[in-house]
Amino acid sequence: MSRISKEEVKHVANLARLAISEEEAETFTKQLDDIITYAEQLNELDTEGVEPTTHVLDLKNVMRKDEPKKWIEQEDALNNAPDHQDGQFKVPSVLE
Amino acid sequence: MSLFEHSLRELQEKLHNKEISVSDLVEESYKRINEVDGEVQAFITLNEEAAKAKAKELDEQRGNDDAKLFGLPIGVKDNIVTKGLRTTAGSQFLRNFEDPLYDATVVQKLNEAKSVTIGKLNMDEFAMGSSNENSSYAAARNPWNTDYVPGGSSGGSAAAVAAGEVPYSLGSDTGGSIRQPAAYCGVVGLKPTYGRVSRFGLIAFASSLDQIGPITNTVEDNAFLLETIAGYDKMDSTSANVDVPSYTEALTNDVKGLKIGVPKEYLSEGVNPEVREAVQNALKKYEELGATWEEVSLPHSKYALSTYYLLSSSEASANLARFDGVRYGKRADDVESMLEMFMRSRAEGFGDEVKRRIMLGTFALSSGYYDAYYKKAQQVRTLIKNDFEKVFEDYDVIVGPTTPTPAFKVGDKVDDPMTMYANDILTIPVNLAGVPGISIPCGFSEDGLPIGLQIIGNHFDESTVYRAAHAYEQATEFHKQRPSLGGANA
Repeated sequence: MSRISKEEVKHVANLARLAISEEEAETFTKQLDDIITYAEQLNELDTEGVEPTTHVLDLKNVMRKDEPKKWIEQEDALNNAPDHQDGQFKVPSVLE
Repeated sequence: MSLFEHSLRELQEKLHNKEISVSDLVEESYKRINEVDGEVQAFITLNEEAAKAKAKELDEQRGNDDAKLFGLPIGVKDNIVTKGLRTTAGSQFLRNFEDPLYDATVVQKLNEAKSVTIGKLNMDEFAMGSSNENSSYAAARNPWNTDYVPGGSSGGSAAAVAAGEVPYSLGSDTGGSIRQPAAYCGVVGLKPTYGRVSRFGLIAFASSLDQIGPITNTVEDNAFLLETIAGYDKMDSTSANVDVPSYTEALTNDVKGLKIGVPKEYLSEGVNPEVREAVQNALKKYEELGATWEEVSLPHSKYALSTYYLLSSSEASANLARFDGVRYGKRADDVESMLEMFMRSRAEGFGDEVKRRIMLGTFALSSGYYDAYYKKAQQVRTLIKNDFEKVFEDYDVIVGPTTPTPAFKVGDKVDDPMTMYANDILTIPVNLAGVPGISIPCGFSEDGLPIGLQIIGNHFDESTVYRAAHAYEQATEFHKQRPSLGGANA
């Protein structure tokens, strides 16, 4: 039985903000299904009560003081932008 | 003989005594690149003009400056941000990212140590790959035989050192991306303990696994470079505030009484007989040197690959959300809405493997599947980490092969993601556990391709890893062999 349908793949692509063609949707359906089927070997393991590891070190959240400081100049920050105007990033209309 | 067959310390001595100049070293690097990089394709971007100018400037101070890497030319993997020097991470999305605004912390440290950056090294796109064939520029090739892959994702970093284009380089390792190419190219590559080296300015792939590390010709050079780049950084909240010892002082050439654990899972049927034999010979060498070894077990090893792909892809899907076409990088032409801009810029800017992993990660994190895949993988990660902790209660290091086979041919695995992923089966558990691991040369296949020995240590115990690696290296000749690639060194 397949783990993932083409419709689900299209839904996931939309969540990931990734335009995909019909052909890509088919390829991804097959490939993701293979990978997920393989990954389901993890179900062989009983992980009841096992703490999930998010990080290998015992890290504590580090907070710095919330103080303004100089970092990057506005002009420099715009240097790599595909489009900008009046010192701001320019994008197409947000509302349709 | 190429100048780069000298160790970094020897080169420094020659600089200090004015036998050579920084300009000589930098010229040597570009000369070699001109000779062989058409074939090896280790570099994506060169920094020639700036590097030559810096060499001239440094030559004025020669003999009077004892900065740690004074005048030594280095190559930097292209996912490490360099101020004003194009940084693409191997992706078309960042083809026009010509003017990064700051240096990664490791690059700042290289600059403070007065090394000279020769250029940016080729890699699989966003570090996702094991062969360099996912580079969206040109796939780097293995200097030992250019029909073969150099490994990945830091394929350019390993190939450049093996080909004598630079004496040392930086790579990054998420599931084996330093150690696997180091093994394939017959050089020395270390993935430090998670948190040992700042990731600030490393273009993130999987933040709980990524580490920057050195690739060099010898263990001594490697230790020398790690000393320079390691340490706490307030700009990286995951960097560890743990003292950095002198790694070069750890190279005592003495492994008497060293206790080695050899996981039976690492010498299983799936490992190529030539590789197995090379590792068994290495264990005999360790016995001769006074170390002892015993078989141990890392029982959850076979689950590492699944765990890794679920976790790393999930983290990648979140990390790569920043590539939106607004502030830098690719923006698709003629987009009419914001949403269309996101969707098409990403579709046009990313290659297939990157898309596949973003899709897998987004799926694993999506509502309804999170517990079954992502959380489950995090729990299995705990079991894998516990396996290592248990072995390190009784043993100083873990030794095994770096990869199940030597390098494979270009094009051999490109159509089958699952076989490609299986290359990293012996390196991935180390990232999941967060411990340090090194690959050093331990033999050659019948086809003349290098074989790598992996030595794994406990958290923050790079010193013991280096000591074990160095003693073996000094007792063998494998690291002295060089590929017979075209040009003056042929």
